[in-house]
Formats: sequence, C-alpha cells, structure tokens
Amino acid sequence: MLDFPRWKVWSITLVILLGILFAIPSMLPANLKARYPSFLPSATISLGLDLAGGSQLLLEADTADASKQRLAAKEEEVTQELRRNEPRIEIGDISTSGGRLSFMVRNPAQVDAAVERMRTLSQPIDGLSGQRDWDVQVVDSSRVVLTQTDAGTAKALRDAMTVARDVVRRRIDPQGTKEITVIGQGQRRILVQVPGVEDPEALKSLIGQTARLEFKLVDLTADPGQVQQGRAPPGSQVLPLADGTGFMAVNRRAMVTGEQLIDAKQAFDQQNGEPVVSIRFNAAGARRFGRVTQENVQKPFAIILDEKILSAPNINEPILGGQAQISGGFTVETANQLAISLASGKLPVKLNVIEERTVGPDLGKDSINKGVIASIAATIAVILFMVATYGRFGVYTTIGLIVNALLILGIMAVFNASLTLPGIAGFVLTIGAAVDANVLINERIREEQRRGRKIIDALETGYREAQTAIFDANITNVIAAAIMWYFGSGPIRGFAVVLLIGIVTSVFTAVNFTRMLVSLWVRKARPRELQL
Amino acid sequence: MRLLKLIPDSTNIDFMRWRKLGLAISVLLMVGSLVVVGVRGLNFGVDFLGGQMIRVTFTQQIDVEQLRADVGRLELGEASIQESGGPSSYQIRLPKAEGGEAAANQAASQVRSLLEQRYPGARIDAVETVSGKVSEELAQDGALSIALAMIGIAVYIWFRFEWHFGVGALATLLHDVSMTLGFFALTQLQVDLNVVAAFLTIVGYSLNDTVVVYDRIRENLRMYRKMAIVPLINLSVNETLSRTLVTSLSILLALGVLLVIGPEVIFGLTIAIFLGIFVGTYSSIYISAPTLVLLGLKPDSFLNYEESDRAGQNA
Repeated sequence: MLDFPRWKVWSITLVILLGILFAIPSMLPANLKARYPSFLPSATISLGLDLAGGSQLLLEADTADASKQRLAAKEEEVTQELRRNEPRIEIGDISTSGGRLSFMVRNPAQVDAAVERMRTLSQPIDGLSGQRDWDVQVVDSSRVVLTQTDAGTAKALRDAMTVARDVVRRRIDPQGTKEITVIGQGQRRILVQVPGVEDPEALKSLIGQTARLEFKLVDLTADPGQVQQGRAPPGSQVLPLADGTGFMAVNRRAMVTGEQLIDAKQAFDQQNGEPVVSIRFNAAGARRFGRVTQENVQKPFAIILDEKILSAPNINEPILGGQAQISGGFTVETANQLAISLASGKLPVKLNVIEERTVGPDLGKDSINKGVIASIAATIAVILFMVATYGRFGVYTTIGLIVNALLILGIMAVFNASLTLPGIAGFVLTIGAAVDANVLINERIREEQRRGRKIIDALETGYREAQTAIFDANITNVIAAAIMWYFGSGPIRGFAVVLLIGIVTSVFTAVNFTRMLVSLWVRKARPRELQL
Repeated sequence: MRLLKLIPDSTNIDFMRWRKLGLAISVLLMVGSLVVVGVRGLNFGVDFLGGQMIRVTFTQQIDVEQLRADVGRLELGEASIQESGGPSSYQIRLPKAEGGEAAANQAASQVRSLLEQRYPGARIDAVETVSGKVSEELAQDGALSIALAMIGIAVYIWFRFEWHFGVGALATLLHDVSMTLGFFALTQLQVDLNVVAAFLTIVGYSLNDTVVVYDRIRENLRMYRKMAIVPLINLSVNETLSRTLVTSLSILLALGVLLVIGPEVIFGLTIAIFLGIFVGTYSSIYISAPTLVLLGLKPDSFLNYEESDRAGQNA
C-alpha cells in the first residue's frame, strides 16, 4: 500500500501538474491573460448565462401552423402539376379544411389519371419501408383526397426544424460573430442562448416572425360586403389588414414570394422619408414580377406578411428591375427587423417562445464576486478544521484539497464546461465533501493504531480497509448527480457537472495523491509514532 | 501540537438503546412535515407554476406596499412581491398570462416600463417567463428525477449489501427528503429548479454517512459472527462516529460560509443542502441502523455472500 514505485510518483505528479496548468488560464485576471504565453493551454471555464448575463429562449414549433403551411405548399404543387403540365386535368373546388387537401376532378374519365399523377408526386420516406409522405384516395368517385401520412408528417417536421435552426441562427446573428447557441431539443423544440443581450423583447420579435412574404393581386371582382364577412370568390381568399382595419380579397396564387428574394435592407422612402424595407428579387422572381406588373398596370397588389396584408399599393408602371419596397407603417427598428427576417429566409414553421430566462450582467458579476470570496473562505475554514483535527495528516489532506480544487477547474477548462450559479454551490459543497475520503482513511488509521497495529501496518490497513467505504459512499453521489445531469438544463447541469468532476477528483487525490505524500514522508522520516 | 478531537477516542455510546424512541420521533417528525406540506403547501416559483418572475434592484429603499399597488394597477393578475437577497432587491411574480405568449410578453414589458417610470435607476436583474406547458414538464421531471435517484440508490445499496440495507437506505432517504420538504413548507422559501437540484444532492450526500455505517456493519458482521445484532450495530455506529462527525462538520462548515457570505440567489439551494446534510447525519444513526434491526437482519446474513465478496475485494 505504501509502496510507491517511481513511475507511479511521476505519473501522479504529471496528472496534477497538467491539471494545474489547465486551471491557470481561468484564474488569471484579464490583463495578465493577454500576456500569458501562447504555447500554454489557454482554454478557460466559460460562464453560464446566469453568471455572464444573457437570454435563453426555448422555442416550440407550432405544429398546427406547420401542417397548414405544408398543405398550402402541396396545393401549389398540385395545381401546378395538374393545370399546367400536359396532359392538363381540369380540377376545381380545392379545399384544405380538416388538415387534408381535396379537389374535384371535372372530367370523371380523368380521375384515375389524376390519382396516378398524385401518387408520383408523393415521395418515399426512406428506401426500406416503402412508405410515402402523402396518402392519395378517391372519395365519391370524383373527389381526390390527399392526406399526409404520419411518417410524412414526422419527416416534414424534422426537415422543418433543421431549416428553422439555421434561420433562427441567421436572424439573431446575421454576421455570424456572436457566441450564440442554437440547438434542437426533442422533436419540436429549439433552445437558443444568447449571451449579453440587453433587450430580450427585440430578440423575441426577431424569432417570432415567420416572415413569409407574398405578393398577390387584389381581387377587384369581390363583393366588399361578402369580403368583410370572410367570403371570397373562387380562386381568391380573404386576408386581414395588418393594422386591423378590415379585410381584403386577394388571389390565392402569389405573384412572387419571399423565396425569390436575394436581399432585403432597411431603407427610407424617397418621397415621404418613411422607413421601408427595400427588397431585391432573383432573376426568376424579377421576371415574373415584371410580367405580372406589366399585365396589371393600374391595378392594386397586396404585400402580405405572415397572412396579413401590410399594404396594397397600385401598380403605377411595370416594375422590371426586380427591385421593390415594402411600406407598412414601420419604425426604423421594425423595418430593420423585418429586413433581417426576410434576408434570413422564412421560418418553415411558426415558433412560439415557451420559456424565457434573461439575466442582467450586473447580477452575474455580483454573484461571481461573492461566489469567489465564499469559495476561498470556505476552503480556508475547511483547511483550518482539517489541520486542527489531523495535524500533519491534516496538512496532507489540505494539500490534497487544494490540488483537488485546481483539478476541478482544470478539467472544467479542458471540457470548456460552463460555470453556473448553482455550480458555485457545487464547488463549495465539493470542497467540504472532498475531505471525506481522507477523513475515512485518517479515522481508519487512528482506529487501527488503537487496535495496537504498528505504524506501517496501521497505515496500510487504514488505506486498504477504507477503500470499500470510499467507493460505495461516492457511488451514491454519482447516481444522484448523473440523474441531475440527465434531467436538468442549463444552470442545474452546471451544478451536476461540478459535482461529478469533484467526486472523481476528490477520490483521485485522496487515494493517490495524499497517499503518495504520506508514503514519501513515512519512507523518509521513519516516524516512531503517528500523531493522529 | 494537540489535535482537536470532537469525541473521545473510543466511544461506547449505547445508541440503539434509544432506537425505538429515535425512530418514533423521526416518524412523528416525518408525518408532521408531510402534514405541514399538506396544510401550508409549498411556495412554488415560476419554474413549476408558470408565469413570470422579474427580479429588480432599486437604488434606494422603497415602499413595498406602494410597489404592490403600482403593479396591481396594471391588472396582470395577482402579483406577489418578495424581498430577494439584498435590502432593496425584490422579486415580482406574476401568474400565467391569459392569452398565451403574446400576453406574457406584453405583461413583462408593462412591468418593465412601470419600473423605469416610477422608480428611475431601478435595475432589472432577471426576467423569467415560463409557459404552463413547460412548467408542468419541469415539475414532472423534477419529481421523477428525485424518485429515480432514490430508487436507483436504494437498488444499488441492495446489490452491494443485502435487501435489508436497501430498504433501510430508502427509509433514510424518505425521511431526509420529507424533513427538508417540511422545512420548505414551514419557511415558505421558494421552491424552484435549484431546490430540485438541492434535493438530488441531498439524496446523494445524506446516504454518504449511511453507506459508511453500513459498510462497517457488514465488516463487523463478518468479523464477530457470534455477536447479537443490536450491540454489533452499536459498535459499528460508535466506530464510525468520529468520521461521520468530522465529514459532516466539514461540509456544514463550507456550506455555512456560503450561506452567510455567498450569492443571495442560491440561498435556497444552499440552505436545503445544509439542512439535508444535517438531517442526513442524524438519520444515518437513527433511521438507517434501526431499520436493519426492525427488518430482522441476522448475524449470518452475509455468510452466503462471503465467497463472491472476497473475489470482489481482490479485484
């Protein structure tokens, strides 16, 4: 037990030196850190949002909205296929109610052909199961009904969430310079962490906008009375005005959509100086926009954002350059937000903020200061207690304790773990509990001495017999901390991480490092009696 | 140098003589705790109830009643205002906004602008908004994780020792957790996510002492095969008493420092662990050990385990 070969001494020393080396950068004040040699490790412990200040948002996809959007896209695809691709099939009475897309085939002889073409439109989910994303059925001999399969819904949601994560990231951080975290959680959630945000409201309005932009012609044939009651002629739909003053009927088919945008910027209207968003279409978009405006000069078209009509200007002349501007009573800030949202693409699914936590920077600073002071004071208190209780062995315990604290910091730095506010409590708790293994050993040595064992024998037995207790007692902590890590989020996880690392390092230092100190001392000094 | 000895070298306290009394008191306290929880309820934070919490620090002392009236005028539902930490730090809690997300956002900005107007210089330290859905999940996950940890640890002890010990561990955990719950019901300290973390920590650490005592009981059961169970437990508790006290004291010392001069925001977390360690020390003597007697642990309980255990020790 006390026999320590040289290689063991060296490897233990090496591990500890490495730990300390990694711990140093995290403890240096900023001005010294700049001069810290660059060949040494420089990773530091990052601060959790609760200490650094910042916002955390948990977003959840609105699946009802997602299925609505998918139906709309499908409708576009289906009409494109049947009405424009040869041979044409005349269809009518398209409906998207009840979560299904259905339409009548005008010529009964073409029903089978329509079904066949619908089937070819649907995509297989994966190569193996043969499942497709849409189910095609015929009802009442002439009505074709398309229903999305469960597998299709799941796949669509998966795809949508992947795109949504990218869009969210681009919106919050258009330049890609901030240290933001955007990760998926479960099937329909996204966790966003943004350090140092002062105004979470702006952040939320950036993410809250789906930013689905559509330009549609206004249906002038609609009867105004009917429109206000929500009824539109076939081929048109009724949409509300964004300012809440009423409704308007527009064509179901869009002239151009936000998908054909290549750029969006905040600008000012040249006539009245109002903040607007200036947009530019890609080549295809510009061509279409030019053609439609040419055909409809002097008629109004509606600019629609997320199913609300922002404005409905008249087409004074054909717009051929692919440039347009969106006005709609913006402030500079809201225009800017819309520009960012449009430029980053529309969200494939509406996201709701279901949890928000924002911490100001001052509270965190205050907490760090108090936490650091408390950690140091707690360490000193435990050291005094140990030395008073165990004398020389208390000093060894103390050295082990300090090494242990440094190892925790070093390991956290290596893994770039976040220190959170509860993590500080975890650190202090670990300082108090870290001596436990040493206490078990020291008490056992005391006991063995009382039983009449000689020094070396007492030390050996003490270390050996204490081991099972050390092991079992620490496993219970590991179980609790692991469960905490699994279920916890953010700050709590930070706490669990500190606990887990602390358990490992404290056992390591007690069983290896302090034992090494003791054995080296015993070998050198050959004490006649142990004062313990 | 004379070393500090918390207790004399060889104690021989007849702990088990009062085991029935100890157990009775513990059961009474447990039941009492649960009754207090039932009657007064726990002061759940927004994490578990949903709603909004705004933590604000004012530049000078303010009149809480005035603040309450100001917030009340916004008509955002029944707001609760508590001091939090420092002398002019307060926590304003609003119930879940009716009308979902948009309404919740609006409520937050309303309170924000109210504070800015009526109390210039007020610093908003934190805003937390938790929807009903998330709070329900958090509450479920919290309860589930504590239950899982307790069962997991009890099962582990059962495998490592004997079924008696597993049951004893579970009884000890139930005791410690319900006592701490009782404390939170009594003081009406806020129960948030941090407190769940504290409970998990207690579940881990309160058994620390128990495991050490159990380990010694197992060792003594092998060493003194003829000894009756009650004196054997007494011996084991006495032998480990010094260690139990030194370790617990060391943890309490560290946490005590944190309680007094540490950050206010984690006061709830720290006090819960502090209390749990304290209760855990007591229960390792008066719950863990006596349950073994109650469950009829016999001196020969470990005999058939000798073989496999020796193999384990050599490994």
